[in-house]
Amino acid sequence: MRDETVGDMLGRRGFSRRGLLKFAIAMTSSLALPPSLAPVMAANLAAARRQSVIWLSFQECTGCLETLLRTDSPTIAGLIFDFISLDYQESLMAAAGSAAELTLRQAVAANAGKYLLAIDGSIPVADGGVYSLTGGRTNVSMLQEFAPGAAAILAIGTCAAYGGIPKAFPNPTGAVGVEDVILDKPIVNIPGCPPIPEVLSGVLVYFVSFGRLPDLDDQKRPLAYFGTTIHDQCYRKPFYDQGKFAKSFDDEGARQGWCLFELGCKGPTTHNACASLKWNDGTSFPIESGHGCLGCSEPDFWDQEGGFYTSLAGGTGPGWRNAGIAAATGVALGAAAAIAARRKVP
Amino acid sequence: MLLSFARGPGMQVAALIMVVGMFWRLAGILLLRRRAAHAAARNPFGARLLGGAVTVFTRTIPRRTFWPRVAPGVALSYVFHVGLFIILFGGAPHILIIHEIFGVSWPDLPKGVIVVASGLTLAALIALLVRRLTHPVLQLLSTADDFLSWLIVFLPVATGILLSGETVGGYGTLLALHILSVEALMIWLPFGKLMHVALVFAGRGVLGYNFARKGAAT
Repeated sequence: MRDETVGDMLGRRGFSRRGLLKFAIAMTSSLALPPSLAPVMAANLAAARRQSVIWLSFQECTGCLETLLRTDSPTIAGLIFDFISLDYQESLMAAAGSAAELTLRQAVAANAGKYLLAIDGSIPVADGGVYSLTGGRTNVSMLQEFAPGAAAILAIGTCAAYGGIPKAFPNPTGAVGVEDVILDKPIVNIPGCPPIPEVLSGVLVYFVSFGRLPDLDDQKRPLAYFGTTIHDQCYRKPFYDQGKFAKSFDDEGARQGWCLFELGCKGPTTHNACASLKWNDGTSFPIESGHGCLGCSEPDFWDQEGGFYTSLAGGTGPGWRNAGIAAATGVALGAAAAIAARRKVP
Repeated sequence: MLLSFARGPGMQVAALIMVVGMFWRLAGILLLRRRAAHAAARNPFGARLLGGAVTVFTRTIPRRTFWPRVAPGVALSYVFHVGLFIILFGGAPHILIIHEIFGVSWPDLPKGVIVVASGLTLAALIALLVRRLTHPVLQLLSTADDFLSWLIVFLPVATGILLSGETVGGYGTLLALHILSVEALMIWLPFGKLMHVALVFAGRGVLGYNFARKGAAT
């Protein structure tokens, strides 16, 4: 079964070439590729072997996996599991204990140098990494063992990409992202808390179709999905441009659907595709549901200055007490300067 | 990261330096020794106070005699000062910050008004720089303080316009640059000629009071 092509497998399931082409058209559109590449993608997909993916879960809440599995779009995100061979995923596989360990080693050996290593969860490195273990092994040692044999690493979710919530101050476990541990492998960050399933699908389809990773931004995120901000694509942006802002979550402005900037929306500084791909089968996204963007796909979003409900215009000032001390210091310095001047001038 | 720094530690340090500097300057001036006035006062205390208060306003317009010479500079200065006032106290994000710090707010001006005010302010600032660079007397009078103060005022206006238009660079980068430029202004404010923000009206008041004491016209 492993050697059959994706085309063979889809044909066996009664999936037509036309269906694959339609899927490729949707994917090229999602990846911001020229429509002319859709037939190429479809042909490449049909001829491709199923891509081996080894998925390791580290210091995480399983929210990323839940989101990816519970997506309501089987024609896209669900179907991606037909294009790949998910050879190891602790939460999904039937095997457990030593059998699971054996499965992992067999998968790694059989696909050495070719498999995609998917990571969700941060990697705790404090105190030798003892804060998260799998089968008695630290996350950091597992990552260091299995990364060298991977063709590339997918850091799925903000925790794997940047450390995420476990890294939030005071970061007791020394949580870091994959790119802080592995420096010599191609890494794709797919941040989000949770990440958008279609983004993972897009990256996988691109890799399977073209044999390389998609173009990335300076934070190693796929440009096609993270090239613009939530704000740039937000349907409420016209209200921002008009200066119409909701002042509270239940005022007239909020009921009119005005911009949530003043309520702390981080859309202007958050790169993600929520506003275009949306969630729950394209139903809506947080801003559409009346809440500002938290900026969950950006590094250190949990510790951002001022918190979730302080507007981007504001920040964290020194506080009145410190300002008072500064004023007293200033008065003392001024008095000293004046006294010195009095002594000089008769 | 840059934005996070600007909205956090950068803002805190800049605010503390500004507060220390402002109180340092104000205390230093207020506690200076003043020569005792031995001559009898020409006017009673109330009249002297009134003289000081009136001078605060009368000095806002140059004497008619000087108009031909100073009108261009004064007009341009008024444009950018009024523009800055409109931007600072009429722009929605700025009112939001004032509300977050002091708990008071007022209705904001339409964004279009702020954009026009910003454009005029920027143009006036550039014109004033050109005038300073080309005017023979101003060339002699200008110091590094003048040019640094000009730059420190120019940058927040320029980055604010870029941020408002969201045309060059990402919003986060532009916002960070805008906030950092404001923090530079906050840091420099007490130590250069920009301190006139706090001293200009007090200085006029003291001058008017002293003139009224002597019975001189203000």
